[in-house]
Amino acid sequence: MGTHQEYYVPQQSHWPIVAATGIFLTLGGLAMVLSDMRQNQDMGLSLGVFLVGSLVMAYMFAGWFGNVISESHEGLYSNQLTASFRKGMGWFIFSEVMFFAAFFGVLFYVRVLSIPWIGGEGDKGMAHMLWPDFAAQWPLLVNPDPEKFPSPDAIIDPWHIPLLNTILLVTSSFTLTFAHHALKAGNRAKIKLFMLVTLALGITFLGFQAYEYMEAYNHLNLTLETGVYASTFFLLTGFHGAHVTVGTIILLVVFVRVLKGHFTADNHFAFEAGAWYWHFVDVVWLMLFMLVYVF
Amino acid sequence: MTTQVAETGHDDHAHGPAKGITRWLFTTNHKDIGSMYLIFSLIMLFIGGSMAFVIRAELFQPGLQLVEPNFFNQMITMHGLIMVFGAVMPAFVGLANWMIPLMIGAPDMALPRLNNLSFWILPFAFSMMMVTLFMDGGGPNFGWTFYAPLSTTYAPPSVTFFIFAIHMMGASSIMGAINVVVTIVNMRAPGMGYMKMPMFCWTWLITAFLLIAVMPVLAGVVTMMLMDIHFGTSFFDAGGGGDPVLFQHVFWFFGHPEVYIMILPSFGVVSQVIPTFARKKLFGYHSMVYAIIAIAVLSFVVWAHHMFTVGMPLAGELFFMYTTMLIAVPTGVKIFNWVSTMFKGSMTFETPMLYSIAFVILFTIGGLSGIMLALAPVDFVYHDTYFVVAHFHYVLVPGAIFGIFAAVYYWLPKWSGKMYDEGLAKFHFWVSFVGLNLTFFPMHFVGLAGMPRRIPDYPLQFADFNMIVSVGAFLFGTSQLIFVFILIKTLRSGKAAPQSPWESAEGLEWTIPSPAPYHTFATPPKVD
Repeated sequence: MGTHQEYYVPQQSHWPIVAATGIFLTLGGLAMVLSDMRQNQDMGLSLGVFLVGSLVMAYMFAGWFGNVISESHEGLYSNQLTASFRKGMGWFIFSEVMFFAAFFGVLFYVRVLSIPWIGGEGDKGMAHMLWPDFAAQWPLLVNPDPEKFPSPDAIIDPWHIPLLNTILLVTSSFTLTFAHHALKAGNRAKIKLFMLVTLALGITFLGFQAYEYMEAYNHLNLTLETGVYASTFFLLTGFHGAHVTVGTIILLVVFVRVLKGHFTADNHFAFEAGAWYWHFVDVVWLMLFMLVYVF
Repeated sequence: MTTQVAETGHDDHAHGPAKGITRWLFTTNHKDIGSMYLIFSLIMLFIGGSMAFVIRAELFQPGLQLVEPNFFNQMITMHGLIMVFGAVMPAFVGLANWMIPLMIGAPDMALPRLNNLSFWILPFAFSMMMVTLFMDGGGPNFGWTFYAPLSTTYAPPSVTFFIFAIHMMGASSIMGAINVVVTIVNMRAPGMGYMKMPMFCWTWLITAFLLIAVMPVLAGVVTMMLMDIHFGTSFFDAGGGGDPVLFQHVFWFFGHPEVYIMILPSFGVVSQVIPTFARKKLFGYHSMVYAIIAIAVLSFVVWAHHMFTVGMPLAGELFFMYTTMLIAVPTGVKIFNWVSTMFKGSMTFETPMLYSIAFVILFTIGGLSGIMLALAPVDFVYHDTYFVVAHFHYVLVPGAIFGIFAAVYYWLPKWSGKMYDEGLAKFHFWVSFVGLNLTFFPMHFVGLAGMPRRIPDYPLQFADFNMIVSVGAFLFGTSQLIFVFILIKTLRSGKAAPQSPWESAEGLEWTIPSPAPYHTFATPPKVD
């Protein structure tokens, strides 16, 4: 063999085709549900397809990752292959960055360009003739066409729940890093402790976020239907929340694997990938806190 | 334990392909997956092409003859979507799958299972998209660019399925692109530095980067459509403070890099083919690499040249006009280098070379009409006319698709171990060449004379040219059956191809037998 390590190429795998089927059923089912909702039809079948798809996806994730974990335990993976995983995860996170960048771009365009134009300012202020009574402002508390899009009463105060959530999430990034250091040092009790703290912080964050949404809907009339401020607010915080949820699930799986003793001081890529993802989600939150809540 | 592992490792490479359907469903082999991509793309080419036949049959004469205007719109939309996402992009990914591991001396793609998933999402995604044609209200009818509010407020109910189909195609592309980047970055044989890589790998590296950067933006824009349609948000509705033009900005932030995604791999192919048949090294390798990078960087700051007429501030018009014109510089460098590679070469004109030369000439025509369109003031005249249709078909058909044909003829002997029929292939080339120019060249004239795109009827003055265009389209479309015939004939009764069928082809792919064994480069080759 010499210096060259074999690059493991699995013979065959049925997981990809299971995944493709699962994605098809989940998204197809979701599209059917949404179409039924729009046409006020019974959506029993559609929900069924969606549910089956989701179960297939859950089965696939468990099976595919389980497959990879056992291959790793059998020692099939060379350093070069681990490097492929690391680089793959890095580029995946880059694609996520671009996904959020698109939404931040939307926020920028609406705030800086199109709302002032509708309000009569700037190069394209001629748009003011559409709704002559409209005055540009941000947060947008009076929509250009309030009959079609009722306006929100108020927005979320950044210095209560959002500030608390910022502290929670930043702290969780630190505790996760402490857990990582403990993993490298081989201190199992400390890993478990810090992983648990991280998970608790993440779940608390999600709880607060859900509470905030309920506040917005029940008391502030800040809903998806109340104009572009609410649209961007829920789009950005909603996708962020979805990512925190996924991150929490990843860390939960990593925690279970820690309990099972899967990781060693120098071989724990799943832990690192989960941590990268968590830090990424944290950075997105900081941007959100500044650009969506504060300013 | 370790010895056992090593033995299984060896067994793996002794294996040939599995038997039966599971070979294709469960495969992790880059050659199998590459073949599936290429066959899928050929099928999509014919489906998209048959839609073009419907369009050209309706436009053969003025007046409404064959189809309802709404169905015509669906054909226009689906033709574009299928050709872009179903024919051109999967063909390039198929070529990447087949050739990148062979060119850089890797045993396979870096993430073989993910590779299989990237492919198998596509048949599901396109089934979901095409089934919308049979739903109530019909399929997407808003053009392949699906501008809001046509695609939101005024869309047929099936638009939800269209949105999720786009999500699936995007996911497939991102996974495929991550695989390509990781393969090139991590799997090159020892000694193969970045600046020794074959140009095809360079172009695909940059293409994959563009894909990872902009496919998520496409996912974002269709997500906002979904929200506007089903959840009452107002991203693209000015009544709630949004802006329909915002849709166009986000779409074209994806869309412009997307058009380079559809041409860069073809640049790579002709950069492999021309040196082989000119029997000279590629002129200006380094400048080629820098030109690709420059094109990729610029592609992020030119998007609004697709929307000069929507009412942008003057500063925006000027900025996007000048950045667009700048792209002519690195593109010019590439064309200069291809021509210089041929200059004083000992040229022969086998089919891949014919396609490559046609590529250089016809792509330049498309590029020059692009410069005309880049001029904001005159674009007000050209916008949404057949001149635009002529322009992008000149860069996509003799650009992207001729690049793919060149690649297929060039590497088919390596893939199949058989030689194609050179006479028939040359016939295929010449019929395609005549057919495509007959189809797309007159579109420049009707466009400049003011014929708008995407309408099923037109004034009498455009009748003659449209008839020529339709005849050309039928010729070009039908002549692709020759291509299928050549492929089948090669596979069934082609003469055995030697290891390196071209006299002076360079690269690792020519150091392995023809047909390429099922597993190659299990041990990486040494590159000087």
